[in-house]
Amino acid sequence: MTVLNHEKPLLEIRDLHIEGHYEDAWHPLIKGIDLTLQRGEVLGLIGESGAGKSTLGLAAMGYTRDGCRITGGSVQFDGIDLLRAKPEALRKLRGLRIAYVAQSAAASFNPAHRLIDQHVETAVKNGGMSRAQAMAEAVELYRVLRLPNPEQIGQRYPHQVSGGQLQRVMTAMAMACHPDLIIFDEPTTALDVTTQIEVLAAIRDAVATYGSAAIYISHDLAVVAQMADRIMVLRHGKLVEEAETRKMLGDPQEDYTKSLWAVRSFRTEPKPCPAQEKPLLELRNSCASYGHQPVLHDVSLRLHRGQTLAVIGESGSGKSSTARLITGLLAPTSGQVLYDGEALPADFRQRSKEQLRRIQMIYQIPDTALNPRQRIVDIIGRPLTFYLGLKGKAMRARVAELLEMIELDPATFMERQPRELSGGQKQRVCIARALAADPQLIICDEVTSALDQLVAEGVLKLLNRIQQQLGVAYLFITHDVATVRAIADEVLVMQRGRVVDHGSRSAIFTPPHQDYTALLFSSEPQMDPDWLDRLLVSRTLPSSNSTLVNV
Amino acid sequence: MSLLKLLVRAPLSAKFGMLVIVLYILVALFAPVLAPYGETQVVGEGFAPWSGEFLLGTDNLGRDMFSRLVFGARNTLGIAFLTTVLAFLLGGLSGLIAAIKGGWVDQGLSRLVDILMAIPQLIFALLILSVVGTTATSLVLVIALLDATRVFRLSRAVAMNVVVQDFVEAARLRGEGLWWLVAREVLPNAAAPLIAEFGLRFCFVFLFISALSFLGLGIQPPTADWGSMVRDNAVLITFGDISPLLPALAVALITVSVNFVVDWMLHKSSGLKEC
Repeated sequence: MTVLNHEKPLLEIRDLHIEGHYEDAWHPLIKGIDLTLQRGEVLGLIGESGAGKSTLGLAAMGYTRDGCRITGGSVQFDGIDLLRAKPEALRKLRGLRIAYVAQSAAASFNPAHRLIDQHVETAVKNGGMSRAQAMAEAVELYRVLRLPNPEQIGQRYPHQVSGGQLQRVMTAMAMACHPDLIIFDEPTTALDVTTQIEVLAAIRDAVATYGSAAIYISHDLAVVAQMADRIMVLRHGKLVEEAETRKMLGDPQEDYTKSLWAVRSFRTEPKPCPAQEKPLLELRNSCASYGHQPVLHDVSLRLHRGQTLAVIGESGSGKSSTARLITGLLAPTSGQVLYDGEALPADFRQRSKEQLRRIQMIYQIPDTALNPRQRIVDIIGRPLTFYLGLKGKAMRARVAELLEMIELDPATFMERQPRELSGGQKQRVCIARALAADPQLIICDEVTSALDQLVAEGVLKLLNRIQQQLGVAYLFITHDVATVRAIADEVLVMQRGRVVDHGSRSAIFTPPHQDYTALLFSSEPQMDPDWLDRLLVSRTLPSSNSTLVNV
Repeated sequence: MSLLKLLVRAPLSAKFGMLVIVLYILVALFAPVLAPYGETQVVGEGFAPWSGEFLLGTDNLGRDMFSRLVFGARNTLGIAFLTTVLAFLLGGLSGLIAAIKGGWVDQGLSRLVDILMAIPQLIFALLILSVVGTTATSLVLVIALLDATRVFRLSRAVAMNVVVQDFVEAARLRGEGLWWLVAREVLPNAAAPLIAEFGLRFCFVFLFISALSFLGLGIQPPTADWGSMVRDNAVLITFGDISPLLPALAVALITVSVNFVVDWMLHKSSGLKEC
């Protein structure tokens, strides 16, 4: 992937301006960005949500979402002006010479058609390939992308393959016509870390094999570091910094870039576990199932007052089911939940108000966790009224106190509605709502995974400060190794509904690891651009060179 | 956004619709003032032509057509409105409860509604009304019950999308009672489509009452009502007089107007998103 600067660039964006229409006015989204991409080069776009990454990525195809318009600048693709090209000409380009891989493959496939039929559609319609030829190539691509059973997998429907496989099928589909440019828009964000590795490796192989240029959009710096030759950091629709990957990682110039880089350095002081004390929460050999499908096998855990127990695992590992079991939303088939030594009724409807008050919950997606039709003061005030009988002035005073605690100005935020808040602010309100009940235990279900890294770090710091002040215990459910490393006192590793490993943070993170724990930890992307190569070699997966295929 | 600003920005069709609705409401409210003669007063010859004395002529019994049209707005609109409100209270509330409670409550209510919906609405109404008699009360109750089934299905479907959201789970885990869940958590988030449906349902009820009246089982004479007015004077059409079509036109106009407004409201509140 050498960059030849004297050659005419494949994609050239000059001084691009894009506006979006919301709240009855046009707001600038992209404020004058230049972008140059050479043939065969992989460019990484980094930034928090709202930075304009996706908008820019789509603009590279000459496309904008509904409610957006391009107000200035130019997009030249291989000498063609995409902003002035006719719709038919653009349609010919897209899919054939420019392809797009979306974040959610599950939402992008038509569930009513077989994968292979969707795969060959563009190639047959616009690419002038015969159906048999296109299908043969599809199978070849499935092989390059290391999909299991490449001959048959195309005959399946989208819901019959896993998320990681679907993402790879989508990448294969994007490559069906050997495009000159592929735009990857957060292709691995929705995937588990262990699955992410496979998809990353597959994408990289495929890009190298076919010599396509690519724009790789992600908010995860470590991921982009593996994929890109060059990185552009965006913020508020503007370019912050641009440099070769190694230079960017080793020597960032701007403060904002440095803050992005430093985000993973936050650590709490681990608190020693008071082993002899009676645990606040204990789960004894609990099993549970959804219908006839068992989801939890023999899960036991102990959580002491003022401690943080992190439960880590991939999707489907049973971590959220464990939380539902504790809150009483999922009835165990055997085993019991002990709170402060007393057995809790299995169904939350049978629990007393007092029992409900002591265990509070914070959800993954703050947008759906707050009632959009209530003001902040109502949302936080309700538990105060409901559990503690506070009303009127006393309630408002306490809400103000809680808002101060979560670092939001009471005067500004009290009367607002959730939609007027950013994601991080909403999550803080969720924290305040949980605190309003004056609980002893808060279950945090992936509370930072829907947030940008900088915002997520702020939320973690807040949670830590609250724990020090109030001595609440956290059951912290996450799939992110970095979060566990940052805040856990005790760690529980789950896989397929079983506890496979547990211990204190230092014990868990010190080798030797149990097999699955080792796999999980090694799958966490590192900032080192050679990390993926080394990992693939050590896992004896076929490395990128050995899978070169003739086309 | 303020209500006034919202109204100013409304499309022309919606403005027209709102204007007509307001006019109808005014006519219904001030009927005794606007009508030159009484509702059931016989003032002249039967089927008198349009004149200065009788603005739109007289009907088959010699009652003033214009006065009856004005009073008809009051009766037909009033009964339709009352019926729709009842249907929404019954169907909307039970739909929300079915969605929140789930399980047996949902199954029971849903199957009951299925049974009611399996019988053609008009035939069912005719059947019951001929058994219990056609007083205004029975008319309102029967149509409200029948229409409540449709409202139930909609409110249950909309509420289903709301109850799966985390804030409802949070409220359940807090230990909130059914009434709080219905009134504070689910209803405010299901209101937009329900309000739009209210307008639409109002039209259907309106047409349904007119149809029943035309068949002789709706609002009973001598009360003025648009549906029966068409039937009473239908014979005039044979003589090329359009007077009997005027009540029908009045029905058509309000129906179209309400639909204009409903379309606009549906557009404003598509899905659960904030406008």
